[in-house]
Amino acid sequence: MSSKRVLMQGNEACLEGALVAGMRFYAGYPITPSTEIAELAALRLPMEQGSFIQMEDEIASIAAIIGGSVAGVKSMTATSGPGFSLMQENIGYAAITETPCVIVNVQRGGPSTGLPTSPSQGDVMQAKWGTHGDHPIIVISPTSVLETYQLIIRCFNLSEKYRVPVIFLMDESVGHMREGIEIPDKSSIEIIDRKLPDEGDDTWLPYEADGKEMTPAIPPFGTGRKYHITGLIHDEHGYPTSNSEKTNKLINRLINKIENNRDDIITFEESIPENAKIAVVCFGGPARSVKRAITKAKEENIDVGLFRLITIWPFPEKQIAKLSEKVDHILVAELNNGQIVNEVKRCARHGCSVHHIGKIDGTILMPDEILAKIKEVI
Amino acid sequence: MTHEIIEKYFRKDMMPHIFCPGCGHGVLMKDIACAIDKLDVDKDKICLVSGIGCSSRATGYMDFNTIHTTHGRAIAVATGIKMANPELMVIVITGDGDAAAIGGNHFIHAARRNIDLTVFVFNNNIYGMTGGQFSPTTPTDDYGTTAPYGNIDQDFDIADLAKYSGATFVARGSVYHVDKTIRLMERAMLHKGFSVVDCMSNCPTYYGRKNHKGKAPDMIRWQKDNAVDSKKAETMTDEELTGKIIIGETHHDNREEYTAKYQKIKDRFVGGIK
Repeated sequence: MSSKRVLMQGNEACLEGALVAGMRFYAGYPITPSTEIAELAALRLPMEQGSFIQMEDEIASIAAIIGGSVAGVKSMTATSGPGFSLMQENIGYAAITETPCVIVNVQRGGPSTGLPTSPSQGDVMQAKWGTHGDHPIIVISPTSVLETYQLIIRCFNLSEKYRVPVIFLMDESVGHMREGIEIPDKSSIEIIDRKLPDEGDDTWLPYEADGKEMTPAIPPFGTGRKYHITGLIHDEHGYPTSNSEKTNKLINRLINKIENNRDDIITFEESIPENAKIAVVCFGGPARSVKRAITKAKEENIDVGLFRLITIWPFPEKQIAKLSEKVDHILVAELNNGQIVNEVKRCARHGCSVHHIGKIDGTILMPDEILAKIKEVI
Repeated sequence: MTHEIIEKYFRKDMMPHIFCPGCGHGVLMKDIACAIDKLDVDKDKICLVSGIGCSSRATGYMDFNTIHTTHGRAIAVATGIKMANPELMVIVITGDGDAAAIGGNHFIHAARRNIDLTVFVFNNNIYGMTGGQFSPTTPTDDYGTTAPYGNIDQDFDIADLAKYSGATFVARGSVYHVDKTIRLMERAMLHKGFSVVDCMSNCPTYYGRKNHKGKAPDMIRWQKDNAVDSKKAETMTDEELTGKIIIGETHHDNREEYTAKYQKIKDRFVGGIK
């Protein structure tokens, strides 16, 4: 099979890519601007012998996909800000129970009902810290329709590999954008499935994990090994405990399975011309305006670097530190009032100034606005 | 018999359980094991799903595929398990607060869909885990720590809530009526559709003390003295039924089950897209 060219919407690419990743259960609730993902899931899943269910709310939707995943089926839901807020408790539940699942948030303007049909990147910190307690999370953000297709597959792969909820942080501009894309040849796509216990391993415990991935091998319900899952702090048997030593061990492992595998999880796009004094850090839809601004700057003989986050969380600390050694100034362009800029400030070396350009009025960042800010900074 | 049931279906390494002395939940938990014992199904295919509260700790003690979820969400998680693998027998153990307050929306919508889940509500008329606050099934005028002047809320009848939301098998059992409750649980699990057994429990520690209901044996004796069989209840007036609890099957119909309906959609695409 070879690749084929199609016109596709970002939300469609999200669902079609998920099907390639092996997603066969979708539970969701309608919300703009993510609804096309649910509509396409309802249409496409039965064709692939998968299942779709429209739940009574977003709380039920994430609960249902946790159930689907526990039954061994790759599961996802998609939503936007208000629904994402409702899902927070069970994102923590998926994190502590190490239940693989993918949650798509097609961001819109907030807070509250906000601007339902306008783009935003206001949920960046919520994606990391929205659920209570210290917990692991992976967050990935696409910039184009093709990348949406490719990265949703990566979301499932990372979720299965590390048994962690993965947030796919899209935004309205990418979700509703239509582009001609080359659908990659399926045989060239890597698909990762969760690790299962070795057959006949009598010493197996559901929450025992070792090796570099620090991720346990938990089989689906109904496959012969009976065990207990709980959102309470638990020991390696999965049984509740309040023992402080066991608590420490569990939480540290949950966090370190992500921290110790940063190099495997973090991806980014970087292009820094040799003479560049400034680089723009960006992600998602607005990166497209940034690229246009950089091209325009070049026309005026100003060299500007680009650092586009693909993995937002865990944050590419090492890479940003390195970037700050190469340039004098970093401009963070994001569609919010300043969220990732504080992470960049935390990681940038002394001597590199960090600036911000954002927007919260429901319109996109325009290339000329970014270019003007670049000139102001240098 | 009891010894055999414990050996076969309980995680002895999880004992002792957390239920207070005199709590009815332990009896109901054993009733479930006894009912499962009578079923001719592969025990490896049974999933027990619970939410949060005293009732919901039961899943941890029982040796099946067990999941203790978040408060109110057991039915929604169970829905996902059943949709992803309809071959699994999915049983929910929940409480009055878990099922009818925080999880009330999931309860009525699962009933409306008639998805094949069996829900056992350990109904003790109080929030026990947090220390005696009134619940959606605390009778009006009774006391709880958050109803120090008497409860002004109208209480829910869980069986009626299930029936009028679309459940296709509804029954009520109690801690006192052991044999009958086991039979009702067995029938609920065999029923293809959304089944609910409202299991009247007793909380001597909080509800009993707050409302001067006596000790555990007094509360269980009250169940015995005030129970009316559902068949007999049909012949009685509302006045005669005041203050009574109706025990037995209260509703049954054969509306088509949800995953079976969905399977028909999938079957249209067996062998590729037509």
